[in-house]
Amino acid sequence: MLRTALRNVLAHKARLMMTALAVLLGVAFVAGTLIFSDTVGEAVKKASAKNLDGVAVSVQAVDADTGPRTDKNGKRSTLLDDKLADKVRALPGVESLRRDVTGTATLAGPDGIPIGNGWQNLAANFQPDKDGRDARYPLVQGRGPAAGDEIALDRATAEAAHLKVGDTVRFATDGPVLTKRLVGIVTTDDPQVTTGGSLALFDTATAQKLYLHPGQFDELVVGAAPGTDQQALTAKVREILPKDRAEATSGSALAAEQSRMVTAQNKALSQTLLVFAGIALFVGIFIIANTFTMLISQRSREIALLRAVGASRRQVVRSVLAEAALLGLVSSVVGLALGAGIAVGLRAVLDANGAGFPDGPLIISPTAVLSSLAVGVVVTVLAAWLPSRKAAKIAPVEALNTVEAPPALRSLVIRNVLGTVVAGLGVAVMLYVTTLKSSDDMPIAMLGSMLTMTGVIILAPLLSRPLVSLAGRLTTRLFGVSGKLAKQNALRNPRRTAATASALMIGLTLITGMTVVGNSAQQAMDTMTAKGLKADYKVGTSTYTGLDPALSKKVAALPGVEAAAPLRNASFQTGGDYTDLTGTDLATVGKTVQLDFTSGGPAHAANEIAVSRTAAKEKGWHTGQTLDATFNDDKTAKLRITGVYEDTPLVNSAVGAASLVAPHMTPVKDDELLVKTRGGASDELEKQIRHTLGDSPLLKVQDHADLRKENAGQIDTVLYVVYGLLGMAVIIAVVGVVNTLAMSVFERTREIGMLRAIGLARNGIKQMVRLESVVISLFGAVLGIGVGIFLSWAGGNLVSQGLPTYELLLPWGRLGLFVLLALVVGVLAALWPARRAARLNMLESIGAQ
Amino acid sequence: MSHAAASPGFPASPAPLRTAAVAARATDLSKVYGQGDTRVVALDSVSVDFGKAQFTAIMGPSGSGKSTLMHCMAGLDTISGGSARIGDTELSSLNDRQLTRLRRDKIGFIFQAFNLLPTLTALENITLPMDIAARKPEKAWLDAVIETVGLSGRLSHRPAQLSGGQQQRVAVARALAAQPEIIFADEPTGNLDSRSGAEVLGFLRESVRAMNQTVVMVTHDPVAAGYADRVVFLADGRIVEELHEPTADSVLDRMRLFDSKGRTS
Repeated sequence: MLRTALRNVLAHKARLMMTALAVLLGVAFVAGTLIFSDTVGEAVKKASAKNLDGVAVSVQAVDADTGPRTDKNGKRSTLLDDKLADKVRALPGVESLRRDVTGTATLAGPDGIPIGNGWQNLAANFQPDKDGRDARYPLVQGRGPAAGDEIALDRATAEAAHLKVGDTVRFATDGPVLTKRLVGIVTTDDPQVTTGGSLALFDTATAQKLYLHPGQFDELVVGAAPGTDQQALTAKVREILPKDRAEATSGSALAAEQSRMVTAQNKALSQTLLVFAGIALFVGIFIIANTFTMLISQRSREIALLRAVGASRRQVVRSVLAEAALLGLVSSVVGLALGAGIAVGLRAVLDANGAGFPDGPLIISPTAVLSSLAVGVVVTVLAAWLPSRKAAKIAPVEALNTVEAPPALRSLVIRNVLGTVVAGLGVAVMLYVTTLKSSDDMPIAMLGSMLTMTGVIILAPLLSRPLVSLAGRLTTRLFGVSGKLAKQNALRNPRRTAATASALMIGLTLITGMTVVGNSAQQAMDTMTAKGLKADYKVGTSTYTGLDPALSKKVAALPGVEAAAPLRNASFQTGGDYTDLTGTDLATVGKTVQLDFTSGGPAHAANEIAVSRTAAKEKGWHTGQTLDATFNDDKTAKLRITGVYEDTPLVNSAVGAASLVAPHMTPVKDDELLVKTRGGASDELEKQIRHTLGDSPLLKVQDHADLRKENAGQIDTVLYVVYGLLGMAVIIAVVGVVNTLAMSVFERTREIGMLRAIGLARNGIKQMVRLESVVISLFGAVLGIGVGIFLSWAGGNLVSQGLPTYELLLPWGRLGLFVLLALVVGVLAALWPARRAARLNMLESIGAQ
Repeated sequence: MSHAAASPGFPASPAPLRTAAVAARATDLSKVYGQGDTRVVALDSVSVDFGKAQFTAIMGPSGSGKSTLMHCMAGLDTISGGSARIGDTELSSLNDRQLTRLRRDKIGFIFQAFNLLPTLTALENITLPMDIAARKPEKAWLDAVIETVGLSGRLSHRPAQLSGGQQQRVAVARALAAQPEIIFADEPTGNLDSRSGAEVLGFLRESVRAMNQTVVMVTHDPVAAGYADRVVFLADGRIVEELHEPTADSVLDRMRLFDSKGRTS
């Protein structure tokens, strides 16, 4: 029977092509994901290891409670000083010792925009040997920084900032902008720098002045003499360290930790991608099942003959499944190759967009190969399983039937009952979800969504009749006979039409659901950003390091500025329960933030606070009550509640005076500054504010439009990525439509010949196939968009916890675009089948069986 | 015979019953398939007229070219040489679009395998050519045709719900309903039992007699040919014999004659 299977695959290779394509694309997605994550993971691991090359022991300062201490100027203080370093250096087996100072420095780009992504903008000290070189940072140009006004950069950073040796570099560490002269350019393999960060180097004394105190270091890196045992050396180093204040870690432990982190990151990424690959494969199942159903009904006489000459039912099933396995295997092999190509391409594309993955060979692991092939074969065989059962049911006597009878349509009763039950269950769960509020209930919503979608898929043949008829009425009116024939062809085999449309529906349901929720959330964020913000500007820093408290006064003094209210975040405890507190200038805050009091009024004195309605409700507070508050530094205060205000995202659950918060902060910093202008926001004023604040590249001065864009942009980016990932599922669904049409044309060859003979022109035939395609695609789109809207309506609540302003908003423009897309998909999918149908040889077609 | 019973259904024709006018004409018509070694001459310089309001049968053994002749005359196939005309229209001068139009407006077809659209009802199948042409069927004529072929009660049935004979009657009605200049029938009784076949042939003959329809039928069945006004015999792509006012017996006799000739030569 295996030979029969092989023969069948070869005989139907043209017709199996679309099916193979569906499997192939799905497998390529899986393989691409696996190979990409292996390759990048390996490369990053290797780069990390290289970065740790020669590190035998690393010594870092720790504090039993809070890590390195920070003084009131924001400078850290560590116990690692030259004395300790010399002691470590003197240990036997220690060949070299680096004394590292590390921090962050953000460069201003040519247009004033910061370079790098903020949290990977590293700074370190250049440690020259007697030749003026630092092995860790090989110089490619110039020399290392040796004086307080000198700086060196890595090559990528210098290029991004358009800086040459001799130029002045403008940068900031946490405060106002600083300038130094660029004296050298180095290279580095540090993955933090290569993947979207930047690197600035200073001489040790300057670095210490910037980030620590003179004579202190963040890390001591021990290089061991050859043959020294790393673990033993680590133990020895540990002995001489002050207990609990510094810690020694062996290089191999560091490498293991780094490798673990890279693996974990990679796993999270590849798991996300695999979910989408799974969706694509799931969509493929419909196409495979469709094809095998058709092949079997075409071959029913042949199969009956096999049964008549003695093949058992089981042999028939096995032959069909073997055929599927063969098809799956061949497609998977090609898909695997394509997947490797995708992995290479994806890396190149991401690199071109600044991902900066370290170089490394393409890794095609046996696991990736085997799982890709297994997935492809299993999915294909699984999809062919139901059709194979149908094949087994063919009676031997059918071989003797000379009259070709169209297969009687099996009753849909059982299917409809099952579908109603599953869909009903799904809808019930989703209705229950509408009463839930927490995003922790997401699994319930996912279960409900899956049940609803499955139910609708099962019910699709039933739904196809009214929906396709409706669409058909339109096509008949617009296109006459071809429109009518198209409608009837689409209705002829409800199961097939339903399966084809379902494939498209899945992608569109997810896309619609994401779009609706994303859009609603975006709108909610928009409202939230603007709600209650009377100020024209919100000023902060991109590193969240805060602003010098003296600056708010200076900004307030600018002509054109009416008020500038600083916002400081702190928290206090009452009976073990934490409350976030915003410290601000109580005199001016009312001009920048709209606080609507439901009882009482704003605080005026340093021992007064106002609290939000939610906090008051949760904690049972009321106006006039006095709280015993304990701050972070264990100091206590009695706070009187002066009023309760409606919640606003601009301030925390409690608002008090800046002077209330200041004693409990080290260093004292303003997290944000809200600026109210006299004449509204203007470029000139923004420039003045920036200038007053030191023109630091870290500064974020945002007007209302900027704030909206910041939030909205994130959601848009997520949506586009999701569109891209679901795109594969949609492409496979399109392949499915092509497949179904090709099958239709093949099965209806004789009808097409007759229609041509009695006078339907080639264009009419083309139009008929095209309209059938459009009708099926639109059916899928309507199902998908409908279910998507329902699910997003029901599940939207779960988002609303974090977004009090959330309400369902249908982006009609985009939904209309999806319908249009389905229309285009329908027309495109019909291109080839319609051409084939129109080109059929009339005479051969009429006589075809 | 059943066809006799059906004849009153046809409306009386105002035109003279018989004319010498020609509905379709082949002149030195040749059809060659393939090239070189695989070259097959299907039609070898055939000249024949099909008279208006005449029922012509084309007969001949398998491979004689009878189907090819019909296909060429009906604009279903291209011709290699000579000329084929429907009325005044030279088929070889028409492109695909014009040929399609010609078939739609001037020619009716009846095929051996019925060739109905399974998704359409009997009535929709009958009016299909006019639907394609976006033409309204002539109501009185349509009713008469439907009455004649005895389908009045089954118009809303789909082909799968009809017997073979009924399906072919739908096909005959489809060919007649559009009032074409000429109807080509390709083995119309080939898939029918003799009773249903006789009915269909009866309708065809009545359409010629009572409605002045022109019918050209390809068949290998002498009984079917016996319904025609004239039989044209083809062998090896040539016309070898003609018979007027044939009966089943006289056709059979001719065939036997060819057969024995064929064996001796």
